[in-house]
Amino acid sequence: MTAETLLASLQLSIPELILAVGAMALLMIGVFAGEKSTSTVTGLAVALLIIAGLWLVLKTGEGEAYGGAFLSDPFAKFMKVLALIGSITAMVMTVGHARSSQIDRFEFPVLLVLATLGMLLMISANDLMSLYLSLELQSLALYVVAAINRDSIRSTEAGLKYFVLGALSSGMLLYGMSLVYGFTGHTGFDEIAAALTSTGTPSLGLIFGLVFILAGLAFKISAVPFHMWTPDVYEGAPTPVTAFFAAAPKVAAMAIFVRIVINAFEPVVVQWQQIVVFISIASMLLGAFAAIGQKNIKRLMAYSSIGHMGYALVGLAAGSMAGVRGVLLYMLIYMVMTLGTFACILAMRRKDGENVESVDDLAGLSQTNPFMATVLTVLMFSLAGIPPMAGFFGKYFVFMAAIEAHLYALAIIGVLASVVGAYYYLRVIKVMWFDDAKGEFARTAGELRLVFGLSGLFVLGYVLIGGPLGEAAEVAARTFF
Amino acid sequence: MTDWPVLSAVTFMPLVGVLLLLLTREDSAYGRRNILNVSLLTTLFTFAVSVYIWYQFDSSNPGFQMTEKHDWLGTGISYHLGVDGISVLFVVLSAFLMPFCVLASWFSVEKRLKEYMIAFLILETFMIGVFVSLDIVLFYVFFEAGLIPMFIIIGVWGGKDRVYASYKFFLYTLLGSVLMLLAIMAMYWQAGTTDITELLAYNFPREMQTWLWLAFFASFAVKMPMWPVHTWLPDAHVQAPTAGSVILAGILLKLGGYGFLRFSLPMFPLASDYFAPFVFTLSVIAIVYTSLVALMQTDIKKLIAYSSVAHMGYVTMGIFAANTQGVQGAIFQMLSHGIVSGALFLCVGVVYDRLHTREISAYGGLVNNMPKYAVAFMVFTMANVGLPGTSGFVGEVLTLVGAFRANTWVAFFATSGVILSAAYALWLYRRVVFGALEKESLKALLDLSGREKAILYPLVILTIFFGVYPAPIFDATAASVDLLVNNYSAALQAAQNVALSVQ
Repeated sequence: MTAETLLASLQLSIPELILAVGAMALLMIGVFAGEKSTSTVTGLAVALLIIAGLWLVLKTGEGEAYGGAFLSDPFAKFMKVLALIGSITAMVMTVGHARSSQIDRFEFPVLLVLATLGMLLMISANDLMSLYLSLELQSLALYVVAAINRDSIRSTEAGLKYFVLGALSSGMLLYGMSLVYGFTGHTGFDEIAAALTSTGTPSLGLIFGLVFILAGLAFKISAVPFHMWTPDVYEGAPTPVTAFFAAAPKVAAMAIFVRIVINAFEPVVVQWQQIVVFISIASMLLGAFAAIGQKNIKRLMAYSSIGHMGYALVGLAAGSMAGVRGVLLYMLIYMVMTLGTFACILAMRRKDGENVESVDDLAGLSQTNPFMATVLTVLMFSLAGIPPMAGFFGKYFVFMAAIEAHLYALAIIGVLASVVGAYYYLRVIKVMWFDDAKGEFARTAGELRLVFGLSGLFVLGYVLIGGPLGEAAEVAARTFF
Repeated sequence: MTDWPVLSAVTFMPLVGVLLLLLTREDSAYGRRNILNVSLLTTLFTFAVSVYIWYQFDSSNPGFQMTEKHDWLGTGISYHLGVDGISVLFVVLSAFLMPFCVLASWFSVEKRLKEYMIAFLILETFMIGVFVSLDIVLFYVFFEAGLIPMFIIIGVWGGKDRVYASYKFFLYTLLGSVLMLLAIMAMYWQAGTTDITELLAYNFPREMQTWLWLAFFASFAVKMPMWPVHTWLPDAHVQAPTAGSVILAGILLKLGGYGFLRFSLPMFPLASDYFAPFVFTLSVIAIVYTSLVALMQTDIKKLIAYSSVAHMGYVTMGIFAANTQGVQGAIFQMLSHGIVSGALFLCVGVVYDRLHTREISAYGGLVNNMPKYAVAFMVFTMANVGLPGTSGFVGEVLTLVGAFRANTWVAFFATSGVILSAAYALWLYRRVVFGALEKESLKALLDLSGREKAILYPLVILTIFFGVYPAPIFDATAASVDLLVNNYSAALQAAQNVALSVQ
């Protein structure tokens, strides 16, 4: 690698470099200044993410870097902006809750920055090696974060569970990668695609590899049948951490899922399509039915997110330009809804400072806190996919792609599952509006009100701003076609 | 033609009222008064604009008028509004019933009045939006969005089993609608547009029409509601507050019929023809069976709810008879039913406010101390029966004539429903109004108050006016209905010619 190509590579990855170097610097600050520096480090971490985001949007060009292992294209940019927004919002939401959730350690923001760095690299990964490394960077940071409240058995259990299952999935992923490498002789996505095109019918070994890779990635987006960790980790981890888990990492994992199947395995679309259709249907159905019995709102959101990943995969299953655009919009809308909902969950705090997590604790919220109740209602209807909320349009675009690809069974099962899913979202609304108030929550912190307010505004206002967002997603989706 | 977006204005004007309501406070008598005044004025203004639309409407033009079109959300979805002879009167009906809903809730809604009015105004926007949409995705958005405020209205201000009723209402109608959504997408990929005017001109292949028709039918049949998917309606009606029942019966039930007229019949003529016997069967069953069920009810609202299902049976029968009389009659029946059933629920509301029970057995002999009420109630009962001289008669007789031209047996069985409807309606009237005034609780009841007169008397006048002189309605609808029916028969003829030439 000459100095020139290195320089060009560095330039394309400046946002990632900012985060990498910044995370080290923050770590130093934390180590030398001690525990009392937590809030400073959090503030700096947010600033770092914002700078990286601005640089990404304004200054970063497009092209390949590091010998094709790293790719900066419109698709990557779109997803990176999403991931950064998700990380920043989640981090802002932790500010008021760090102490009560016992996560007020300076390592926490540093780990989140490192996880975000992993996500950005993963979104840009264009090679099996860079995919694996970035995935592990993100995952290792998240394992620690899940268990960061060391004194809580639930948090520790969540971290351990996440780690053990995550390690298993990494193993599967690696095994799949080695098979793919063995049968194609390449690790770069473009080269794999070229090799597959030239060989014609894929060999059995390659299909095995493909299945293992998809299984590993399905674990990361918590799609059925690799979803088992999700409810436990969502419930066990401190709520601010759960909010982080639910948004940005899902976006990043979905991005690489899209890239690898659409880019590297494009020639064997028939092979992966049936896998995606299966996990999509299974996720939608499980997400719809398993959430019905949940009393804990974090667990409910876990199943809800499983279902939503199923819907996003509907678009991917179509394997078309419209499908990828649908996935992009779906992830955007999903992330905003999730962040808003978790801001509301974080605001469920009794006057004595105790955080509550049961759906029934929301009883009568429409009378005690009409603003929050209205926003949460809007978000629930949106999650259920009822127009004119944003969630409906997310579903509209993915199902639209599925119909175009003649995946009728998938589409019909999907919409029917969404009716079942509507039931449990309605339950949350019912508790807030139809039941009598049991007790009031403490005054909501300003940053949380800002987050759920903005999220509610986005969800309601999507009918007005949907045009430009759709165009942005279209540009991003065109990367592959 | 107007140069300002009058349809957008009528659609979104209630939202302006919502914004104003957000500024009010409910904690004092004055605050309450403000909320009511703002809501009433908003609905009256909206009604005035809708009347202006009717006035401006050129009834000799069968196409869409006062159209507005803007790009929206990309991918072919546009913000396209317009009215034709089929939809314009539904806009007027929606806007017309809302002030009555506000008036009916003047005292009866004691808690959370502000949210109540906001929910109603939002609902009005969505309902009017359904009728003016000329983009099928926009239509779907309005169509589905109406569930949200209605769910809240039934659930918060409803009766004892309100939670069950609101869930059932929401999930039933959602289940029907999602299949229609898939059909809409399939239509987009087939025809390359979501614009209703272009879809009306597009000829879908026969095989595809069948599936699309079924998907749309799933949605509209539930909304209508047709037997056997009508079971959500009695529950929702019984539990909903008075104004909620008025809107449900008056307008939400018309969405299904409107959908059949706007989509099923003109876009899928071959499938409509193929499935017409099926629809006739369901309609006749609905007319006869639900009339019998209505006879057995002990709850006034439930009785009227079942009678609504029966009346909607005439509507579906008239629509799928697919001739001028049938379709004209169906539209008239829907409008008339909107007024009459709305008025009947308002009548129930009048006594419910006094006694807080809907049991028929709790009443009797009201004619003695509430003569004015008895007269108003009688007019609406007669209109419900379909007595000549009331608006109910015109719609019923026309749909029957239309059905007779299509299939005499269908008309035969449907006509027996007229007799049954006389049985249950008159029997209800006798049990509630006539007889001796024996029950202690009833003796102190006062006759209609000024507010209640203001609600019921205009409806009495309209019921009789349109019964005697239905021309204004037929004038508005005639051209569009003719176009619809002619296109329909032309499409059938063309398909037949193709089939013949193949042989």
